[in-house]
Amino acid sequence: MRLEPIANPGILRRLGPPALAIAGSFLVASLLALIAGGNPFAVFGAILKGAAGSKFALLETLNRATPLIFTGLAVAVAFRARLWNIGAEAQLYAGAVVTVMLGTGALHWPSLPLLVVIGVTAMLAGALLLLIPALLKTRFGVDEVVTTLLFNFIFLLFVSYLLEGPLKDPMGMGWPKSARLIPEARLPRIIDGLRLHWGFVLALVSALVLWVINTRTTLGFEMRAVGQNAEAARFAGIPVTRVILKTALLSGGLAALAGFSEVAGLKGSLTLDLSPGYGYTGIVVAMLALLHPLGVVVAALFVAAIFVGADAMSRALGVPSYLADIMLASALLMMVLAILLSKFRVVRD
Amino acid sequence: MDLIDILTSAAFWAAAIRIASPLIFATMGELICERAGVLNLGIEGIMVAGAFAGWIAVWAGLPLWGGVAVAFAAGMAFGLLHATLSVPFGLSQHVVGIGVTLLATSLTFYTYRVVLPEVSSPPKIEAFQPFEVPILSQIPLIGPAFFAQTPLTYAAFLLVIAVALVLYRTPLGLAVRAAGENPQAVAAQGLSVTAIRMGAVIVGSGFMAVGGAFLTLSAFDSFFFDMVNGRGWICIALVVFGAWKPGKALLGAVLFAAFDALQIRLQQTPIGAVVPYQLFLMMPYILSILALVVMSRRAEVPAALMVTFNKGER
Repeated sequence: MRLEPIANPGILRRLGPPALAIAGSFLVASLLALIAGGNPFAVFGAILKGAAGSKFALLETLNRATPLIFTGLAVAVAFRARLWNIGAEAQLYAGAVVTVMLGTGALHWPSLPLLVVIGVTAMLAGALLLLIPALLKTRFGVDEVVTTLLFNFIFLLFVSYLLEGPLKDPMGMGWPKSARLIPEARLPRIIDGLRLHWGFVLALVSALVLWVINTRTTLGFEMRAVGQNAEAARFAGIPVTRVILKTALLSGGLAALAGFSEVAGLKGSLTLDLSPGYGYTGIVVAMLALLHPLGVVVAALFVAAIFVGADAMSRALGVPSYLADIMLASALLMMVLAILLSKFRVVRD
Repeated sequence: MDLIDILTSAAFWAAAIRIASPLIFATMGELICERAGVLNLGIEGIMVAGAFAGWIAVWAGLPLWGGVAVAFAAGMAFGLLHATLSVPFGLSQHVVGIGVTLLATSLTFYTYRVVLPEVSSPPKIEAFQPFEVPILSQIPLIGPAFFAQTPLTYAAFLLVIAVALVLYRTPLGLAVRAAGENPQAVAAQGLSVTAIRMGAVIVGSGFMAVGGAFLTLSAFDSFFFDMVNGRGWICIALVVFGAWKPGKALLGAVLFAAFDALQIRLQQTPIGAVVPYQLFLMMPYILSILALVVMSRRAEVPAALMVTFNKGER
């Protein structure tokens, strides 16, 4: 077989395969639900009800989507420039650590300036954490996939050390847990009484800002050029190395905001189970969004709904909630294939 | 305990060889894929799937070697998925690999919960027992360290020899290496680059899964969710460290395992009392990154690694 580029793909050609990919992931999940003894219709009904069936469920989905928007954006901006950042998990924790270091009483400032300083410092920490693998890539040609993955393990052990040592809550009854943030360092709720914090708005604004960067700035153009063909970009006079490093700073900073938002908005303190793999799920979110910043918001809501819904479904029907992870992993694989098939046609020879 | 005492004890080297064994299987698997031109980041998930598949098969009544075969088959299945997406379709090997890892891991955890819904601790199996090689195991120090291991460890070392022989001494090995160096030349010979690369990824993935199964069938006797714990990623670093050569990769795996065995023992010394234990646990990952940086200067990376091949394209 051979792949042949399609000159002018029509709307059906461009959107058909991605739609089939999403449908395919539902099919895979249905088959597996059947194997586990669950009726697929009941399973997806329970997932839908669990994700959006009540005000509480809907707010839970929006809360779960918040960190996924940040990590999804982090991955999307990096992948677009072909910087394979698989380390959003570690960068998320870097942001969370900074939030706890500055927000538990080190600075006694009014809320707004305090939150701005914490947010910016958190971004800086995440950015610097990704700068190391990015420099290893540009200076030594070390594959950043492996280094960012290994950094996830290293940084989580570092957080474990912090939570048992310097950052340990003296009132925490010996649990590896940080002290609670002071009230000024908490992201307030958007509407009193509704369990949704300003981190969600910050996530939406970040998506918008990244969209503007991508479409309206030189950096956005350069990042895409480097991603499409680094050699050609270099030939055209684009400073490829500097673009990669800038992309890394942006990506790491965005992922760190996920940690900031989770600690300051939702949890109020840091534990080792702050993230159930939001950094890795960000990859799925970004790919489902075809790396588009605004698409990331939609994809994150979709993915969050599946996760929140699957938890409720599992409690009600006893089908393991890992069904959600399988569905999203298969959606990721089918989506990359779909993107290809929307631009190329398979020819037999 | 003194450092010299540790390094000259048979128990230490026996532990190092034991720790190295799963890494050797998976590193050989990754090496086969990469020599043919495909980076297989599915390795971490395939090891998880292999660890589970081998263990659950033995738990269901198969003999231990039957469990190894089931693990190998499970690895090949995920290898087929990876190969189909990354070779004929030429999709990003990075994204496909991460996707396969996520899929293999979640499928494994799902199956575990479906098969064993109500258990709080996983059942144990009768794992491989050490087999003392006659005569050789009587040699002081070397005997108990190298020749009183489980059969699966011996199989790991035999695999290295087999991989080296096939890669360097057979037409098949030449074709695999050429597919990773100069696929156009392979196609010019009338051979199918697609078939060679897919075959390498499928077989290599099988060995990765056996590496995972070593954990449940030999190192331990049960399956835990986080038991692979980044070993797959470390193996990717070991392939680079070994400059894509089986012998050097084996050396790297044993050296690496020796460091790992050392850090476990150092935790119990006076040093371990002052240094936080997390620092010791970080060492394998830090070491892998350092190895990647040091070796990158004189890396002999296969020229067509991660380069997709489209027939008729020059």
